[in-house]
Amino acid sequence: MNSETLNTLDTYSKNKYKYGFVTEIDTEKPKKGLNEDTIKFISLKKNEPKWMLDWRLKAYSKWKKMKEPKWANLSFPEIDYQDIYYYSAPKGFEKKPKDLSEVDPKLIETYNKLGIPLEEQKVLAGVAVDVVFDSVSVATTYKGELEKLGIIFCSIGEAIQKHPDLIKKYLGSVIPPGDHSFSALNSAVFTDGSFVYIPEGVKCPMELSTYFRINAENTGQFERTLIIADKGSYVSYLEGCTAPKRDDNQLHAANVELIALEDAEIKYSTVQNWYPGDEDGKGGIYNFVTKRGLCAGKNSKISWTQVETGSAITWKYPSCILKGDNSIGEFYSVAITNNFQQADTGTKMTHIGKNTKSKIISKGISLGKSQNTYRGEVSFLRKADKARNYTQCDSLLVGNQCGAHTVPYIDSKNNTAVIEHEASTSKINEDQLYYCRQRGLSHEEAVSLIVNGFCKQVLQELPMEFAVEAQKLVSISLEGSVG
Amino acid sequence: MFLEIKDLSVKIENKNILKSLNLNINKGEVHAIMGPNGSGKSTLANVLAGKEDYEISNGRINFKDNDLSDLNIEERAQEGMFLAFQYPVEIPGVNITPFLHSAINSKRKRMNEEEIDNLSFAKLLKSKANDLGINIDMLKRSVNTGFSGGEKKRYEILQMSILNPDLAILDETDSGLDIDALKIVTDGVNKLKTKDNSFLIITHYQKLLDYIKPDYVHVMVNGSIVKSGGVEIAAEIEKDGFQKFQ
Repeated sequence: MNSETLNTLDTYSKNKYKYGFVTEIDTEKPKKGLNEDTIKFISLKKNEPKWMLDWRLKAYSKWKKMKEPKWANLSFPEIDYQDIYYYSAPKGFEKKPKDLSEVDPKLIETYNKLGIPLEEQKVLAGVAVDVVFDSVSVATTYKGELEKLGIIFCSIGEAIQKHPDLIKKYLGSVIPPGDHSFSALNSAVFTDGSFVYIPEGVKCPMELSTYFRINAENTGQFERTLIIADKGSYVSYLEGCTAPKRDDNQLHAANVELIALEDAEIKYSTVQNWYPGDEDGKGGIYNFVTKRGLCAGKNSKISWTQVETGSAITWKYPSCILKGDNSIGEFYSVAITNNFQQADTGTKMTHIGKNTKSKIISKGISLGKSQNTYRGEVSFLRKADKARNYTQCDSLLVGNQCGAHTVPYIDSKNNTAVIEHEASTSKINEDQLYYCRQRGLSHEEAVSLIVNGFCKQVLQELPMEFAVEAQKLVSISLEGSVG
Repeated sequence: MFLEIKDLSVKIENKNILKSLNLNINKGEVHAIMGPNGSGKSTLANVLAGKEDYEISNGRINFKDNDLSDLNIEERAQEGMFLAFQYPVEIPGVNITPFLHSAINSKRKRMNEEEIDNLSFAKLLKSKANDLGINIDMLKRSVNTGFSGGEKKRYEILQMSILNPDLAILDETDSGLDIDALKIVTDGVNKLKTKDNSFLIITHYQKLLDYIKPDYVHVMVNGSIVKSGGVEIAAEIEKDGFQKFQ
C-alpha cells in the first residue's frame, strides 16, 4: 500500500461522530445495580400489571444462573452488571406525554439536532416515528392515521397496558427469556421499545420507524420490540440509533421479536450508529442484540437489512425461523468497523418447513485496527424438503492492521436441501483508486465511492427514504473531515 | 509549450525504465509513440498521469505551465489530462452516471466553473453515448464490470468525450479490438480533436494509424525515443518491424 493511501486512511480513522452531544436534562433513576428491587422499580414506574412483573422476575432468576455466551470473536473486560443504571427517564415522565406541547422543549430540540423532527408536518412524508429516549418513549407520530386501519403502533409499555392479550400471547414466544444471558437480562429489565400489530389483510401504507437515543451516563438501554404481522399483511419497519460520546462503555441489550403469520411479510431495517468509541478505542456502546423472526405461517416472509457502523462492540445475529411451508427468510448486512471497533455479526436461518428459502448477503468492511467477523448458521431440519439457501459473504480490508473473519456453519438433516455459499475477501484495490483519481476524484471520494459500490447490493434493500441517508452514513464512517 | 518532457529518467525498483527521454507536444497536435513490448511506453503514460509507483531520477515534465511534480493524480486530471487505460479496471456497484458526474464536477471546481446539475449531466451523457453508438443500457451498468474488452475501450472513449481533456493519452487503446470496435473508438477520437487539444497515442501496431492521422510518429526503444518523424515512419515499421531501430 502506498503512502498516500495510508495518509488517507489515517484521516479516516480520526473519524468524527456528529451525534456525540449530551442533552442536559433532569432524570429519574433507581439505585445502580441489578436486583429484584430494581425490577420492581421499573415495573412500578411503568405502572405494569402483576403478571408482567412476575414474568420479569422469572427471567431475572434465570439470568442469575446463566453465563454470557462466549463464542463470539470479541474481547472486552467483564461487564459489571452492578455498576449500571437500569432505568433513566426525564423527570415527570410517569405518563407518556399526550402531545408535543407536554414534551420538554429540550427533548424536542435533541431530536431536531439529530435530524428527527417530531412535529408531524416536518416529519418525512410517509414515515411514522416512535422515539425512545433512554428508557422511555417520547412520542409516536401518525398514530391516529394508523389507528383508522386497525394498525397498532405504540411503545411496548403502552401495549402492555392496552393490549395485554397480544403481549401475553407473543412476548417471549420467539426469543424465550432463558435463551441466553442477554435475552434473560433484557426480559428482566426491558424498559421501552416499540410494539406493532398489523391486522389481517392490511398493507401498512407508511414506513414505521423507531429512533433510539441513549443519553444518560452509565445507563443501559434495554429495548424490547415486538412486531406481529397477521395473515396477509405487510409492514416495513426501520430503527435508528445514536448515543453521546463518553469515555465509559455503555450497555445496550435489545431483544426484537417478529412474527409473520400466513402470507404476511415483515421487512425490518436497521441503521445502527451508536457511539463507536474514540480513535484509541476508549468508550463506545456495547451492543448485544438478539433479533429473531418467526415465519409462522405458510408463504410468510421476513427480511432483515442492517447497516452497522457504530458501537464499540456489535454482537448481533438477526435470524429467521422458517416454520411455515414456502416461507422466506432474508438477511442483508453491511458492517463497517474502524479504529478499535469489533463486530461479530451474521444470521441464523433455521429451515423447518417444506420449500423454505433463505438468502444471506453480508458485506464486511474493516478499517483501522478493527476486527470484523461474519458468523452464520444455516440449518435444515428433517422435514425441510427442497429447502434452499444462498449465502454470499464479502469482506473488504482497508489498510493492513485490521481483520476480517468468516465463520459459516451449515447443518443439514435433509438431503434434498440445496445450499450455495460464496465468500470473498479483498483489499481495497490500488488500481481502482488510481482509475478514479485519474478521472479527477480525490482519494477520499474514490474510497467512499468504491466502498459504497461494494455495499450496493445491501443498501438498495433499504426503504427509499433511508437509502440515501445510509449511503451518506457509509461515507461518513470512512471520512475524517465530516462532523 | 503545451507538454514538455525534458531528459526524463524513471526507475521502478531500481531498474531504469525511461532513459533521458525528450518529447514536446504543442496544442492541436496528434503524436503517436510506437515501440516493441517492454520499451517503456506504458510507463511513460503512467508517469504522465502521476501514478506513484515510479521514481523520477532525473528530468522534468511541464504541462500547461505546471511543473507536474507539484501535482498529484487527481490534480493532473482536473488540469485536463486524461489517460485511456490499456486495461480499464472493474469497479463493481459504482454506476457510470454518478461516477462521471463527480469527475466532471471536480474538474469544473478546479477551473472555478459552475458545477453541472444532475439533469443536464444526464442529457450530456446520453447524447455523447449516442454519438459513439453506445447502447443506453450500458450506462446503467457498473463501471467496466462484466464488460468485454471492446466495451471497456468504448467506455474509455465515452469518458474521454465527456471530460473533454486538453491532453488525452491513449495507452494501447487498439489492443484487443476488432475492426468494427477500432473504427468506433477512432471515430470518437477524431470527433473530439480540435485545434486546442492534443493527443498522445501509444500503440505497437500501425493499424490504428490508418484511422487516426498523427502529425508526428516517434519510435521508442529501450526507454528512449530513437527516431521521430511523420507517418512515413509507421510504414517503415510495418514493413521491417522494430528490428532496425534497436
